[in-house]
Amino acid sequence: MIDLIVLPLIKIVFVLTGVLITVMYLVLLERKVQAWVQARLGPMRVGPHGVLQPIADVVKLFVKEDVTPARAEKWVFTAAPIIVLVPALIAFAVIPFGPEVNLFGRPVPLYITDLNVGLLYIVSVAAIGVYGIILGGWASNSKYPLLGSLRSSAQLISYELAVTLTFVSVILAAGSLSMVEIVEAQRNNGIWFAFVQPVALFIYFVGALAETNRNPFDLPEAESELVAGFHTEYSGMRFALFFLAEYTNMIVVSAVATTLFFGGWLRPFPNVEWLSFLGLVPPWIWFTLKTFALLYLFLWIRATLPRYRYDQLMQLGWKWLIPLAIANIIVTAAVKVVLGS
Amino acid sequence: MEPDAGRSMFDTDELVINMGPQHPATHGVLRVVLKLDGEKVVDADVVLGDLHRGVEKLTENRDWTQIVLLTDRLDYVASAAANLAYVETVEKLMSIEVPRRARYVRTILAELQRLASHLVWLGSHAMDIGAITVFLYCLRERELILDLFEEYCGARLTYNSMRIGGLPQDVPSGWLPKVLRYCDVQEEKLVEYETLLTQNRIWLQRTRGIGAITGEAAIAVGLCGPSLRGSGVPRDVRKDEPYAAYDEIPFDIAIGSNGDTYDRYLVRLEEMRQSIGIIRRAVEGLPEGPVMAKVPRLIKPPAGETYHANESPKGEIGFFIASDGRSTSPYRLRVRPPSFCNLQALPQLVRGHLVADVIAIIGTIDIVLGEVDR
Amino acid sequence: MGEAIAFYTLAALILGFAVLVITARNTVHSVLFLVANFLFVAALYVLLGAQFLAVIQVIVYAGGIVVLYLFVVMLVNLKRPPEAHRDRRRKAGLGLAFSLVILAEVVAIAVFGLVQPAHLAAPKAPLPPEAADNVQQVGWALYTQYLVPFEVASMLLLVAMVGAIVLARREL
Repeated sequence: MIDLIVLPLIKIVFVLTGVLITVMYLVLLERKVQAWVQARLGPMRVGPHGVLQPIADVVKLFVKEDVTPARAEKWVFTAAPIIVLVPALIAFAVIPFGPEVNLFGRPVPLYITDLNVGLLYIVSVAAIGVYGIILGGWASNSKYPLLGSLRSSAQLISYELAVTLTFVSVILAAGSLSMVEIVEAQRNNGIWFAFVQPVALFIYFVGALAETNRNPFDLPEAESELVAGFHTEYSGMRFALFFLAEYTNMIVVSAVATTLFFGGWLRPFPNVEWLSFLGLVPPWIWFTLKTFALLYLFLWIRATLPRYRYDQLMQLGWKWLIPLAIANIIVTAAVKVVLGS
Repeated sequence: MEPDAGRSMFDTDELVINMGPQHPATHGVLRVVLKLDGEKVVDADVVLGDLHRGVEKLTENRDWTQIVLLTDRLDYVASAAANLAYVETVEKLMSIEVPRRARYVRTILAELQRLASHLVWLGSHAMDIGAITVFLYCLRERELILDLFEEYCGARLTYNSMRIGGLPQDVPSGWLPKVLRYCDVQEEKLVEYETLLTQNRIWLQRTRGIGAITGEAAIAVGLCGPSLRGSGVPRDVRKDEPYAAYDEIPFDIAIGSNGDTYDRYLVRLEEMRQSIGIIRRAVEGLPEGPVMAKVPRLIKPPAGETYHANESPKGEIGFFIASDGRSTSPYRLRVRPPSFCNLQALPQLVRGHLVADVIAIIGTIDIVLGEVDR
Repeated sequence: MGEAIAFYTLAALILGFAVLVITARNTVHSVLFLVANFLFVAALYVLLGAQFLAVIQVIVYAGGIVVLYLFVVMLVNLKRPPEAHRDRRRKAGLGLAFSLVILAEVVAIAVFGLVQPAHLAAPKAPLPPEAADNVQQVGWALYTQYLVPFEVASMLLLVAMVGAIVLARREL
C-alpha cells in the first residue's frame, strides 16, 4: 500500500512544488541575468536584491482581472492554458533526479516512475502541449494570436522531428528507452553521451530552444511583430499559466538534456577513481547543478542573439537539423554494428 | 445565392492586418494596413495623422523666437537638429552673419544630436529584430549625451538650444573636455555594438537583401539621409550645401552599395564614427569670440520667402518660410520632414517581404512620428 | 476485477467521445473530441500492456495527424458544404452502403474468430529470447514477418508526401 500509493503521492507533491518554486525563481534569475548582461540591476525593490519579487509577481497575476474577449470561444479559451501546462508538468513523471536512496530504512528511488518507454513518453507528452497553443490562438478570435499560434505550432512540430531523431541516436548508444537505464548506460560506458553524441547534443539543444519558444526562435511571441503571439488576448491567471508552462518546459528540456547527454545524477567522470571525492555531493545536487547550467545557457543566449525570421527558422529546421540528425543516426548505427561484430 | 458561391474550398483569402497604431514595434502611433498572402506582404498602406498637432499652423501665431520651441517637438529624439535648421532659415531670410564660434558650437551640438539619434535608432532597430541587449547599451551611451546637453542648456529632450543669430549662451567651462571624453567612450562602445551585430549570422540573415532599393528608385521615391546613402547615392547636405561649420571641417560621407537594411545599418554606424571625428575637430579648432550676432530685439524679417535645408540625423530637414515683412510671425511656415519623406518608401520596400521584415524595414528607415505627423 | 472496470470505463469514454465527434456542430470542437478519443484509446493500449503502442498512438495520431486536421479546420473556409452533401438521397445511400460494408466486416471477423479460435491465439513467429520488452517485440515483428507490408506502407507515405508538396506549391 505504502509503495503503491503513499510514496508516489509524496514524490509527486515534492516534484510539483519543487518545479513550481523553481519556475518562480527561474523567472527572477532570468530577469537578473539579463539585467547583469545589459548593465542594469534588475528587480531590486521587493526584498533584498529582489529575492521576493516572484511572490509579488504571483500575487499581482492572481488579483489581476481575467479578461475573456467578447467573441472568444469561452470553453476552449479557458482550456487552452491548462492544456499547455499539464503536459509540461506530467513530463516530470519519468525524469530521474537521482538513484535509489535509503530513507527511514526503506529504498526510495528518486524518480516518480521508470517507464520502459520513458523517452517516448516525453515526446508524446510534448506533442499534446501543442494543442494548447493552437487553441489559445484560435479561441481568442483575433488575428495576431491566430498568426502567432499557427507559427508556433508549425515550429513545434518541425523541431520536434529533429529532437526526436536525436533521441533515436541516444537510444542506439544506450540500448534502452528508459531514462534510468540511459543514465546507467553512461555510468557503464564511463563517459557522458555528450562526448559520444556531440552532434545529437547540438541538434537537441537548438531544437529545445525552438520548442520552448526561446530566443532566437521566440517567433510565436515575437513582440515586435505579433504583439504577444498566441497569448495576446490572455491576461491575469490564465496568462500566468502560459507563462508557467513556458518556463516549466525550459526546465523539462534542460532536465532531459542532463539525463541524456550529461549523465543525469552521475558525478562528472563517474569512472575516474581519484575524483571520487566528488561523490560526496549527493547525486540530486549534481542533477540540479547540471540542469541549471543548461538553463543559464538559455538565458545567456536570449540576452545575446537577435531573432530568426519565420521562414529562416523553418529552413534551419528542415534543411539542416533534420538531415543532420538522420545522418547522425546512420553513422551511430554503422559504428555500433562495426564495434559490435 | 450564398456569398461564397462559386468559390472552391481551396481558394485562399488575403488577410488584412492592422499593424498599429498600438503596436509595440511601429515606433509610436504609425498604422500600417498590411495585405498578407500567408505571411507574405502583398501590399502595405500607411495611415498617418494620429499624432497631428498642427505645428505648421501654430507657428503663424507665435513670434519668430518662440517657434524654436515648436521645432523641438518635431523630431523629439533629435530636437537640436530641427532647432538648427529653423534658426538658419530665419538667419538666411534676415541675412544675419553668425559668429564663427557660434557656428562651431552649433556643429558640435548637431553632431552630438546625430549620435544620440542614431543610438536610439540602432537600439530600437536591434530590439525589433530581437537583440534586446543592444538597446540597453545604446541608451546607456545616449544618457551621456543627454547629460552633456543638460549641462549646456538645462534640458534633456527638448533643448531649445539655438537662437536666431547665434546661441543662448557660450559653452560652460569644463564642458569641452567632457565632450572629448564622451567621444573616447563612444568610440570604444561602437565596437561593442558591432561585436554583437555586424558579423552575427542571424543579424546578417535578417538584414541582408531586406528592403533593398536601387539608387534611382530611392531618388524617385524621395528617400533622403542615411537611407538614401545606403543605396549608394552620395548626397549629404552637409557636403553639398554646407552650413554651420561643415565647410571648414573635413569628414567623409558614408555610402552603401546594395541599398538593403544591412547597408543602411553600416552607413549609420560609419556616420556615427564620422560624427565623433567631426566633434573632435570642431572642439580642437573652436575659435574664440562671441556666440551671438547683433540682432534686433524684435525679430521681423523682411518680406520674402526662402527655403533652407540641413542634414538632420534622419535626412534632409528643410524649412520653407514666407514672411510678409509686417507681422512678428511667419506668414506661412512649412517643414520638409525627412521622416515623412522616408516613410513614403515603406510600401515599396516591404512588398514581397514577410511580416517580420516589415518590422525590420520600419526600423531601418528611422522614422519619428512626431516629425511625420507634425 | 479492477481491469474489467477500467476497460468498461475506457470503452464507454471512447464510444461517448466518438459520438460527440460526429454530433458536435463546431468542427474545431469535434476535432478536440477526436483527440480525447485517441488519448483514451492509448489508455486502452496501456491496459493491454502495450505501452509502446500507446505512446506511438499519442505521438502520431493525437500529436501529429490531428494537429494537421486542426490546421485545416481552422484555416479552410468551411461555411459552404460541398455539393455532394446537399443531395440528401445520395448522402443517405452512401451512408447505408458504408454501414453495410462495415457490418459485414464485423460479422466476418466474429465468425472467423469463432471458427478458428486457435489460429488467432497462436503467436505468429517465434520471438527471440531477448525480446522481452514491448519495443523489441514490435520491432521484431515488423522487420521479420511484416517486412514487405512495412516497406509498402513507407513507399505509400513517401508518394503521399511528394503528392502533397506538388499540390501545395503554387509555382514549381
